[in-house]
Amino acid sequence: MTAPAAIAPSAQRFAIAPALVPWCALAVLTALCLLLKTELPWLVNFPKEWTLPLASYINAVADVVVAVIQPGFRALSALLDAPMRGARLALAWLPWPAVMLAVAALALKSSGERLAIFALATLAYILLAGYWPQSMNTLALVLLAVPISIVLGFLLGVLGYARPRWRPVLNGALDLMQTVPAFAYLIPLLLLFGFGPVVGLIASAIYATPPMVRNTMLGLERVPAAISEAGLMSGCTRRQQFWQVEVPTALPQLLVGFNQTTMAALSMVIVAAIIGGFEDIGWEVLSSMRKAEFGQSILSGLVIALLAILIDRLTIGFAKAPKTGPTRAMRWMTPRRLALSLAIALALAVVIRLAAPDATLLPETGLRMQMGAVNQWLLGLVRDYAWFFNGVRNAVLYCLLLPMRVGISGSATPAMWGFSLPPSALAVYVVLVLALAVLAARRLGWRAAVAVLAAGLVLYTGFLDLPWPVFILAVALLAGQVGGPRLGLFAVAGFGLILVNGLWPQLVQSLYLCTLAVLLCLLVGGALGVWAAHSERVSRLLKPICDALQTMPQFVFLIPALMFFKVGEFTALIAITLYAIVPPIRYVEHGLRHVRADVVEAVEQMGATPLQTLLQAKLPLALPVVMLGLNQTIMAALSMLAIAALVGTRDLGQAVYVALGKADAGMGLIAGLSIAFLAILADRLIQAAVARSAAASR
Amino acid sequence: MTAASRPIKLACRNVWKVYGRRPSYYFDSRGYVIDPDALAERLRAEAHLPAVVDASFEVATGEIFVIMGLSGSGKSTLVRCLSRLVEPSAGEILLDGRNLLTASGKELIELRRHAMGMVFQNFGLLPHLSVLDNVAFPLKIQGKPAKEREARAREMIALVGLEGREASFPHQLSGGQQQRVGIARSLAVGPELWFLDEPFSALDPLIRKQMQDEFLRLQRMLKKTIIFITHDIAEAFRLADRLAIMRGGKIVQIGRPADIVLNPADDYVAQFTEDMPLLRVITAGDIATPANGAALPERSVAADTSLEALIPQLASGVGAFAVTGDGDNPPAVLSAGAVLAVLEREQARRKSS
Repeated sequence: MTAPAAIAPSAQRFAIAPALVPWCALAVLTALCLLLKTELPWLVNFPKEWTLPLASYINAVADVVVAVIQPGFRALSALLDAPMRGARLALAWLPWPAVMLAVAALALKSSGERLAIFALATLAYILLAGYWPQSMNTLALVLLAVPISIVLGFLLGVLGYARPRWRPVLNGALDLMQTVPAFAYLIPLLLLFGFGPVVGLIASAIYATPPMVRNTMLGLERVPAAISEAGLMSGCTRRQQFWQVEVPTALPQLLVGFNQTTMAALSMVIVAAIIGGFEDIGWEVLSSMRKAEFGQSILSGLVIALLAILIDRLTIGFAKAPKTGPTRAMRWMTPRRLALSLAIALALAVVIRLAAPDATLLPETGLRMQMGAVNQWLLGLVRDYAWFFNGVRNAVLYCLLLPMRVGISGSATPAMWGFSLPPSALAVYVVLVLALAVLAARRLGWRAAVAVLAAGLVLYTGFLDLPWPVFILAVALLAGQVGGPRLGLFAVAGFGLILVNGLWPQLVQSLYLCTLAVLLCLLVGGALGVWAAHSERVSRLLKPICDALQTMPQFVFLIPALMFFKVGEFTALIAITLYAIVPPIRYVEHGLRHVRADVVEAVEQMGATPLQTLLQAKLPLALPVVMLGLNQTIMAALSMLAIAALVGTRDLGQAVYVALGKADAGMGLIAGLSIAFLAILADRLIQAAVARSAAASR
Repeated sequence: MTAASRPIKLACRNVWKVYGRRPSYYFDSRGYVIDPDALAERLRAEAHLPAVVDASFEVATGEIFVIMGLSGSGKSTLVRCLSRLVEPSAGEILLDGRNLLTASGKELIELRRHAMGMVFQNFGLLPHLSVLDNVAFPLKIQGKPAKEREARAREMIALVGLEGREASFPHQLSGGQQQRVGIARSLAVGPELWFLDEPFSALDPLIRKQMQDEFLRLQRMLKKTIIFITHDIAEAFRLADRLAIMRGGKIVQIGRPADIVLNPADDYVAQFTEDMPLLRVITAGDIATPANGAALPERSVAADTSLEALIPQLASGVGAFAVTGDGDNPPAVLSAGAVLAVLEREQARRKSS
């Protein structure tokens, strides 16, 4: 497409902005690349001969290193094995009535009688569904991983607080720990620690530590100056100041960290089942999905979802008192009564075990055993309504996924759409895009015009046929102009690394899948958010749904998508969208609801219609908050990428997954780092954009 | 009410606080006579921020010394230098003749535990402790047994009039009540030196007035040596025995309220104080002349009576008052003429503004 070159002369009339010049140069380059595409195929497909076998280098080095340090880690593994066995045995030993009593008492103390009832119902469901031992095994891992993460996270957080100079390093490490998919470091962990549930424990501990570190730093930093000065003026020693003034004041934030860490550990313990089952609930979900036993996968998925919600509410209840003050039930459950209830639960356990030392006390046949008919019915349902599910899938596939992947130029062929476009249609398309760009330039400035042209280009060539030099330069230029030259260099370096490792096709697949998912989330989630901001009823209705979606471990999202749409990219898209849709709903609603009331009043007073108020006052004012939501959506989509690989994709997540299967530590690490790179780049870009707009409006 | 005869509790000599990359660089040369204004100018030119510039003053035992200035004038930094919450860049701070700046960390902790108390603008109450535990906190830090500190804390809570709220938590109290807790806490260890950093600025005007009365009542009972920071000029003149006015990190004038309104050091101070009614600020003691053995008039008034309060008696024809001080001062006489002279001056001030 030569459109970008054409804009240059028309822009000259307005005198070109200095920042626009490199874009014009890029437009010329783009035109060149597109013209030479057929003669120089390497412009689109990075040749295999040019790649560097970095992954095998890493593997070679890793082999040596692992051989040296392995005994130490195996010893650590053996060391962790004992408490893990202990925790498993202890939880298996506890009869269910004792567990129910203890959890109900804790729930009563944490958030009152409603949570206690929910806890009892959840545990009863787990019992009846027949997943009690598996759930207890999962909980045993969580119970061990959480203290490790809490202690480690607290220490690191204190370090970051006390030594601000180390904070950039620490933050970088935290970003990596949170954005590299866990599958990628499961491989080196397997090599180091050997096969067994300990690997799941370690992976969970790694993944669950960052939230504790961040919340510790945040909490300690936010101790008001007056409080710490009051401590000093009371004559506190350094130690007294820390333990008696700073830590207690930061405690609510630390408890939020505890909550987030617990949820992360739970999520990762479940995902770790991918390396093999150890009688835990994650494995139940995975194996039933593999066997296409949808009845069981729904049953066990529901166990995970309910457990996650229960643990979340339980831990957050200790961090935040309800706005209306503690309920009567919470006040009734004094610390003494709580201790008493726990002691009674333990005594009950001992008595039951003494009376019946070997009985499992579990129902003989759980619901899971009677799922055959349900499975048949579900399969029948999917079969009978195949026309519907396939129709939806094909419609999206041919009208949305394919054009994004191979572009209009690629889709408009007899093989795909059943017709090809005449040159005249192409001309109409070019003119249309150009007209839109000119309109955008007139009304919104040249940046909007460049965005329109870029979108037009991508829609025409598709993500896959985009010449890589153009793509890299465009992103680097954007990063450089928004976030400064260092961010631009970071983008070039990251994409370069991906390129020379031969992961470019996978990268493009990831980009296109994520872009689509994020756009879908923004459209649907944003609309829901706007609606919720203007209707109490919708807001009340959406809140529990959002809460549930956000607490659910990623695995669970695969179940319904897989059930109805079989393996494939469309299924992955659904799963990613489901997982990533909450932030736009939440942030759009929050942003719109908290727009400064005086501004809105002023605009309404001028006689603006509700739509005008929304579009011209509320949305622009809420933009920074919405951008934060966008950031979170992108992070969620990228983190779901690795999980979605299970339902068959061709992206970086799949590269990680394949590497895991082959125990190819080098490739797993590189592909994992590539995903982390995308996440960090997107995060920095959006943050820089928000900071710029904030600085501009000040 | 002259403070001169009482011993000096706290002396602050040429104290500087400079923020920037290398503040110590400017204070290396010992014995070099610094021209403060020139140095401050140079610091600003070289990307340093002189928050406190060459501050010197002395506070007598039992005196209320108010440091007043607008926000950013360096008054909060100065009071933090006095307690070493902020480390001064140069100068000397003498507490009972001992230089605080050379005290070791341990000595400083001891001093803070026993010799100083501080009240903060935003209260600084520990959110997780009850009123009782907040007040007992400094004693707990010292390792006092639970019974003893509870008894002392209850005593302090009664002193500030918060009986019955011992079990409440800070967030359940109003601003005024929270500051009462802050005051009780700062007094729990029985310090001789009491710092108050804008203690009433976060409160509503009506509550502020109440708290000022409460503060004066407490001081009449306790007779602490007080450094009181405020940006509220009315509050400063109301409470101060002596006051210091700060501007841009520098103390521009120190004196009794009457000195400052009668002889402002520069236009800034004059403009700053022009709305303060002279008759209310100036007391009988301020303008009385020594009797030098002459017979004293029949009517007598206390030295700290404001002139405003004498007007009705003057109007009824009293020609002169005998001024009774606090014992150290020689007998003095206040003539109606002297009061009228002040009245005249006030009128001239009104016209010119």
